[in-house]
Amino acid sequence: MRIERHHQKEQDPKVRAKNFSEPVYNFDAETAVAEAKRCLKCRNAPCRNGCPVAVKIPEFIGKIAEGDPLGAAAVIRETNNLPAVCGRVCPQEEQCEKLCIRSRMEGAVSIGALERYAADYALERGGETTPPKGGLKGRVAVVGSGPSSLTCAADCAAAGLSVTVYEAFHTAGGVLVYGIPEFRLPKSLVKKEIDKLLSLGVRLELNTVVGKTVTLPQLLEKFDAAFIGSGAGLPQFLNIPGENLNGVYSANEYLTRVNLMKAYDPASPTPIPRGGRVAVFGAGNVAMDAARTALRLGAEKVSIVYRRGREEMPARKEEIRHAEEEGVVFELLTAPTEILGEGGRVRAVKCARCELGAPDASGRRRPVVVAGSGFEIPCETAIVAVGTSPNPLIKDSAPDLKTTEKGTITVDEKGAASIPGVYAGGDAVTGAATVILAMGAGRTAAAAIAEYIKGKGAKRIIEN
Amino acid sequence: MYRIVKKRNLAENVVEFVIDAPAVTLNAKPGQFIILRVDGDGERVPFTICDMDKKAGTVTILVQTVGYSTKLLAQKNEGGFIQDFVGPLGRATDLTEFKKVVMIGGGIGAAVIYPQAKFLKSVNRPADVIVGARTKSLIMYEDEFKAAAKNLHIATDDGSYGRKGFVTDVLRELLDRARAAPAQYDAVFAVGPMPMMKAVCELTKGYGVHTVVSMNATMVDGTGMCGGCRVTVGGKALYACVHGPEFDGHLIDWDTAINRSRNFREQEAAHLCKLK
Repeated sequence: MRIERHHQKEQDPKVRAKNFSEPVYNFDAETAVAEAKRCLKCRNAPCRNGCPVAVKIPEFIGKIAEGDPLGAAAVIRETNNLPAVCGRVCPQEEQCEKLCIRSRMEGAVSIGALERYAADYALERGGETTPPKGGLKGRVAVVGSGPSSLTCAADCAAAGLSVTVYEAFHTAGGVLVYGIPEFRLPKSLVKKEIDKLLSLGVRLELNTVVGKTVTLPQLLEKFDAAFIGSGAGLPQFLNIPGENLNGVYSANEYLTRVNLMKAYDPASPTPIPRGGRVAVFGAGNVAMDAARTALRLGAEKVSIVYRRGREEMPARKEEIRHAEEEGVVFELLTAPTEILGEGGRVRAVKCARCELGAPDASGRRRPVVVAGSGFEIPCETAIVAVGTSPNPLIKDSAPDLKTTEKGTITVDEKGAASIPGVYAGGDAVTGAATVILAMGAGRTAAAAIAEYIKGKGAKRIIEN
Repeated sequence: MYRIVKKRNLAENVVEFVIDAPAVTLNAKPGQFIILRVDGDGERVPFTICDMDKKAGTVTILVQTVGYSTKLLAQKNEGGFIQDFVGPLGRATDLTEFKKVVMIGGGIGAAVIYPQAKFLKSVNRPADVIVGARTKSLIMYEDEFKAAAKNLHIATDDGSYGRKGFVTDVLRELLDRARAAPAQYDAVFAVGPMPMMKAVCELTKGYGVHTVVSMNATMVDGTGMCGGCRVTVGGKALYACVHGPEFDGHLIDWDTAINRSRNFREQEAAHLCKLK
C-alpha cells in the first residue's frame, strides 16, 4: 500500500534564519504513529545494516506504532547511547533510510525523525530504566567527551568498570557542544544525555588536557586501560595571502565562540563579529553551520565559497537545503586566492572561477582555475571551514603511540592502539567524520577493553 | 571551582593570585600558562604561570586589570572561588643552553621573567635584568630581582624611578659594553607589551644576539583548536598556545602580530562599559 512519507514541520526560513531555535519541529504523537505504521517490518531489516551501531530499527518503530514511545526509546538505547543526538545529526539518508525498502517507492520511512521523537519523549518524561550493570572490575580512563568517548564510557560503565572521563574544556560534550550549533543540536539536550551518563556512575574531570595536565603514560599508571576519543580539533587553513588579517577565523574558532562561549547571547562577554558580509570557505556540514550561524548573528549577506560543484559538496543535502532556503548564497566552482585587507581588517576575498578537470586522489574531479576569471567578493568576515585534523598533544606526550602521517592514531579493527591497554576511536582515528561513526568506534573499543581487562585482570590499585 | 588561597596587590592595577589547583602543578613548569574563567559565563583568559608550589598544590598568577574579565577577577577575594582553571598549557621556557643572558620585563612581563631569573641564579649563571614600566607605581618584584639578578636595571618612561627612558636604552648600553668584554651575551629573553618586544628584537638583531620573546596572543581553547593565536614565525603560521608561547623574536612578523592583538578591541571596550 502506498503511504506518503510524513515530513517534520519546519520554521519559516525567513524567521528561523534570525533565531537559534531548531528549524525542524518534532513529530506530534499522531504523525509519529502514522509514520511508524509505514514500516514494513522487513524480516531481514536492511535498514539495520546501514546503522553503524545497529539500532534495532523495526523493533523501535514497532513500539512507536503501538503508542509506546518509552518502549521505543528503551529499544534504541540498547545499542545507542545518544539517540536524541543521532535523531538530529545522523546522515540517515546515507545510512538506514537509504536501505529502507520504501525508499525505492514513495520515500523511506522517516527513521531519523522517529528516533528523535522517541528519544525526546523519553528525555522529557524520564522514566527510562537503566539495565543492570555487569560485574567486571577495573578502571578505564576516557580521554575526551565527544560522541566516541561518551559511548565508550557508557558501555564500559555498563560492563561494571569504573570510568573517568577527562575533558579539556570547561563543559563536556566535545564537538556536540563546541562545534554543532544550538539550532541544530540544543545544548540542553546534550547536557541531559551527559547527566544520564554520570548517573551510571561515570566520573567526569573537566579542565584536564591529557598530554599536558596529565600525560597518557601517567594515566596508565592508575588505570587498567584508556580510550582516546580526542577528536580532530586542529583547524586547517587555506594558506593563501591575507589569512592573518583581522576578521579571518577558523570555523572552529568562530563556532566555539558562538556555541561553547555563548556569543549567540548578545549579553555574553565573548566577542564575535555580528552583521556585515561574511564569506565561508568550504562546503561541508561545518561550513553550513558557520554560514547559518552568521545569518543568525545578523549578517547582511553570507556566501559559501567552494572550489567544486553542487554534486561534490560534502554537506548533508538537508543542511544545504536549509542554508539555501535561509538565504545563504552559493558561489560554487569558485576558489579563494587571496584575502584582501584594509587597515589590517578584511575587506574582500579575491576569487577565481574553476572548471572541473580529471579526478584527483580523493576520487573527486579536481577544480582547475579558469584564467582571467578573477573577481572580488566584498566581506568583513571570512571563515575557513576546509577541514580539521587530530590534535598532536596526546601523541607528543606519549612517544610510543603510533600515528599516521596525517596525525590520526593507528588502531586495529578492535580499536586497539600501539600501546597495550590503549584504545582509540572517532575522529582521532578517522579524521573528521560523523557522530554516529565515532559512536560505533567507541562501542567497538569498549567491547575490546572489557575483553582486555577480563584477560589480564584489573590492576590492584590502592584507593586514597 | 578553584579556591583563591592568597591575593595581594603588587603594583598599580596588578594583583597576584595564588590559586588552589593541585592537578595543574603535576606537570607544570615556568613559562607555561593556564587558562581560567572567572564565572559560569566567563571568557577563557590565558595567564602565565609565575610560580607554583607542588606540595601545597598552588599556582601563582599575576593579573593586570585591562579588560572585562580581568576587572571581574580582580574583584574576587581570598577564600573566594573562580569557575575554571586549566593547564599547564604551552611549552616551558628552556634557558639551560645559555651562559650569559639579559632578561627584560616590561610591566607585568617582570612576573614572567622572575622564575627564569631565579633558575639562572640557581645554576650560578645569574642574568642581567632590566625591568621597565611607564611609571614607578608599576614596577614590581624589585627586591626579588635584587636577590636573583647579577645586576638589576630599572627604567621608567617618565623617570619617576630608576633611569628615565625605555628598556631598550639600557639594553643598548649593556650590549655595547659587552662588545668590549671577553664574554658576549648569548641570549636576550624579553617579555612585555608587543611594541616593547618588537623594539627589543629590532635592536638585538643588529647585535646578532639570539632573542626569545613570549607572545600573549588572543586565544580560546589553548590547545591548538581555534587557531586564533596564530603568529607568523619565519613565514609559517604557528600557534602561541601549543608551539609557544615563546618564539625566536627575530623570526616574528611583528606588524601582523600587533594588528591581530587589536582584533576585538572595539567589542571589548564596549563590553567593559557594562561593568560597574
